[in-house]
Amino acid sequence: MIELTINGKAHRVDADPATPLLYVLRDELQMNGAKFGCGLGQCGACTVMIDGEAHFSCMTPVASVRGRPIKTVEGLGTADNPGPLQRAFIEEQAAQCGYCIAGVMMRAQALLEKNPAASEAEIRAGLSPNLCRCGTHARIVRAVRRAGAAMQRADADRQTRGAAQ
Amino acid sequence: MNPPLSIDISRRGLLAGGGALVVSFSMFGISEGIAQTVPQPGAAVPDNAMLDSWIRIDAQGVVTVYTGRTEFGQGVKTAMIQLAAEELNLDPQGVKIVSCDTALTPNEGYTSGSRAMADGGVSVRAAAAHLREILLNAAAPKLGADASELRLEQGRVVAPGGKSVGFGELVADDVMHVKLNRQARLKDPKSYSVVGKEFARVDIPAKVTGGVAFLQDLRLPGMVHARVVRPPSYEARLRSVDTAQVEKLPGVLKVVRDGSYLAVIAQKEFQAITAMRALAAAAQWEEQAKLTDYSRLYEFLQTTPSDKVNVLDTKTTPAPGARVIEATYRRPYQMHGSIGPSCGVGWFQDGKLTVWAHNQGAYPLRQAVSELVKLPEDQIRCIHMEGPGCYGHNAADDAGADAALLAMAFPGRPVRVQWMREDEHAWEPYGSAMVTKARVSLDDTGGIVDWHYDVWSMAHSTRPGGARSMAAAWYREQPLTLPPPRVPSGSESDGNRNSKPAYKLPSARVIHHHVKEMPLRVSALRSLGAYMNVFSIESLMDELAAAAGADPVEFRLRYLEDARAKDVVKMTAERFGWNTDKLPKGRGRGFAYARYRNSSSYVAVAIEVAVEPSTGAVRVPRVVSVADSGQAVSPDGIRNQIEGGILQSISWTLYEQVGFDQTRVTSRDWGSYPILRFSDMPESIEVHVIDRPGQPMLGAGEASQGPAAAAIANAIAQATGARLRDLPLTRDKVKAAMGV
Repeated sequence: MIELTINGKAHRVDADPATPLLYVLRDELQMNGAKFGCGLGQCGACTVMIDGEAHFSCMTPVASVRGRPIKTVEGLGTADNPGPLQRAFIEEQAAQCGYCIAGVMMRAQALLEKNPAASEAEIRAGLSPNLCRCGTHARIVRAVRRAGAAMQRADADRQTRGAAQ
Repeated sequence: MNPPLSIDISRRGLLAGGGALVVSFSMFGISEGIAQTVPQPGAAVPDNAMLDSWIRIDAQGVVTVYTGRTEFGQGVKTAMIQLAAEELNLDPQGVKIVSCDTALTPNEGYTSGSRAMADGGVSVRAAAAHLREILLNAAAPKLGADASELRLEQGRVVAPGGKSVGFGELVADDVMHVKLNRQARLKDPKSYSVVGKEFARVDIPAKVTGGVAFLQDLRLPGMVHARVVRPPSYEARLRSVDTAQVEKLPGVLKVVRDGSYLAVIAQKEFQAITAMRALAAAAQWEEQAKLTDYSRLYEFLQTTPSDKVNVLDTKTTPAPGARVIEATYRRPYQMHGSIGPSCGVGWFQDGKLTVWAHNQGAYPLRQAVSELVKLPEDQIRCIHMEGPGCYGHNAADDAGADAALLAMAFPGRPVRVQWMREDEHAWEPYGSAMVTKARVSLDDTGGIVDWHYDVWSMAHSTRPGGARSMAAAWYREQPLTLPPPRVPSGSESDGNRNSKPAYKLPSARVIHHHVKEMPLRVSALRSLGAYMNVFSIESLMDELAAAAGADPVEFRLRYLEDARAKDVVKMTAERFGWNTDKLPKGRGRGFAYARYRNSSSYVAVAIEVAVEPSTGAVRVPRVVSVADSGQAVSPDGIRNQIEGGILQSISWTLYEQVGFDQTRVTSRDWGSYPILRFSDMPESIEVHVIDRPGQPMLGAGEASQGPAAAAIANAIAQATGARLRDLPLTRDKVKAAMGV
């Protein structure tokens, strides 16, 4: 049994330790966010966050992430109550086919958690390991910037409230 | 920048149509068992002639649209909902949609050629208008009023005095089971409040929250996983394979071998992949160096016997031109390159087969599957579920066929098969390589007096070919072979799409040389021959403008007659700030225009490029485009399609070329077939839509690729003085052309 912490929740899975995390997420835990795109770490459709960093889950043996915090797009919110990044992607209508989107979002989330004020150039460079084939790049970058701004506002609100107390 | 979208998800909420899957799940009873996955004997078969095949109202008054068109991220479901809601004065949030299922929806063939709105949308709109008439006529006696006095409001028919009756109380099944009246009176476009407005797409929330958004996410009870070991090359035959060791691997349920068709079925997905790799290692193939003769691809295209299609002949005998401009353009094979490898799910149970696929048409797939597995069509149900973007005929059909074969080999349980990246790259049908050659005579003022244009191409469509067009069928013990491609007509089809110039010319001849041989597998890639023909013609127009000493935009306007064409050209130039001011060194502006298929959307593109002199690398800092797609149902959907088409075309045009050696395709992953990355994207891209209320709806998905390609080449020519005619316009070619 391998113990995993995904989106703050503990899971125990029975899987061969060499199994890539991607298949544990999809097969064992029935999660849809991370996608199989290449299995080679070339496209980023499988991207998830591990210890706050973006990783290719198709190349990450499940045994190597035992106990480390894993975050997937399911951890950012729900369709009824979308998180800031999800909300920004909906507001910008930043998808066409959308197969790459969950992976792109997790790389963006890792970037924004470090630097919500990331510039457009920093976002473009940061997202470059991920591929999008539909040509939605410009909308995606706008959505990430929008989410960054929302996160900054939320931080500022928290600080103001903190100072008032 | 683009006009901001006024989508506030908290206030506006989301359309309900994303429930197609929810609808299908509850209707098919997937969660309850398998009994209903195949239509029961006696169940009504959708009939395109009948109203209730297109739209229905249930007893609660909920309207459901049934469309044979498939969503693949172009927003077609949302636009269909908008059309129906408009005619019925409904809030689109309450309208549901079911798409492309042989048990439930009309047969609309393939969703291709940018015809989803132009044909499918027209049908849905007509059905909704017919339904409105039925509702009004049914309500009139109940409300004691004349039908002409009644209005539809929030799902009710309302009489002048305020008395009203709900939609659900007015229609029983038999009322809607009538012949569809395609002439029912449509609403006046001036009164539209839903069509032409921005609504959030119904498919996006699931895509950004990890919902069940794709066929790849379908999980059926007891489902098992399969992988196919595809041959290393087209001509390869399986000499031998020892399956004993593979059969002992964990989770393996069955090794399937049928001639050279080899696959493995396992409990879990990664077990199937592990077993597939072991099976691939154990397989001994016999290959043939059959691709040797095609190393001189462009020569082959022009010299091999071909069918001649006369596309245009308005040839006169003009006075000999003062100058003749000749140019030859080349395009390699290019791939669809879907980000998600194709997937299919099959379930054979009680003599009936259900296949879930993400290809462009459930009905043609059912016909192919019927031939492949030798079951009558009425024992097969094909259901479309959304998949990763296909951009035409990619491997999605093949994966559906694989799922059907493997389900038949493993009855009783749903079998899910997904292709590996290497298979998707090496086995999808590519966009054909092409050569075009132009010879244009100019008079002494630079005016065009004669135009001659030849295009050589292999087929751009190998569908529908039934079972014979499925990769799996070619390798079975009893193999099928791909039928020879049909000779296309000269009317904007296949390789000659957009080979007819958009311009009024005194004398012109256009000939399409249709090459039947297909060394690499080919079929429809987004826009077919239009990408290459527009690249060629619009590059040529710049060469001619230069020869005439004219501004490229002004030169085009001289030869355009259609007012809508002139509008997109002028507006693009204006929004771009088109001028002759000198740009910094290494920068250039380029312009191009086309009307897709010469009868669909009008698109002009202006592009600025920056060429790095030491490396020849091309960047595209700025793009402006204007599109006229007729009546714009979803302006943001059109912008998204035009913008996506431009970015995909930047990728095709600057980077993409399928490689092959004497035996095999060598482009087998994103390393050997690089595409556009975020680091390469334009810094600014603006798309403007000209709405034409009351005009026919025109498709936008394939309209911008050709103009974008030529605009890049024209901008590179301005930036460097070098005219590049061989796609892709790689940094090496740019560098060589610059002589550095």
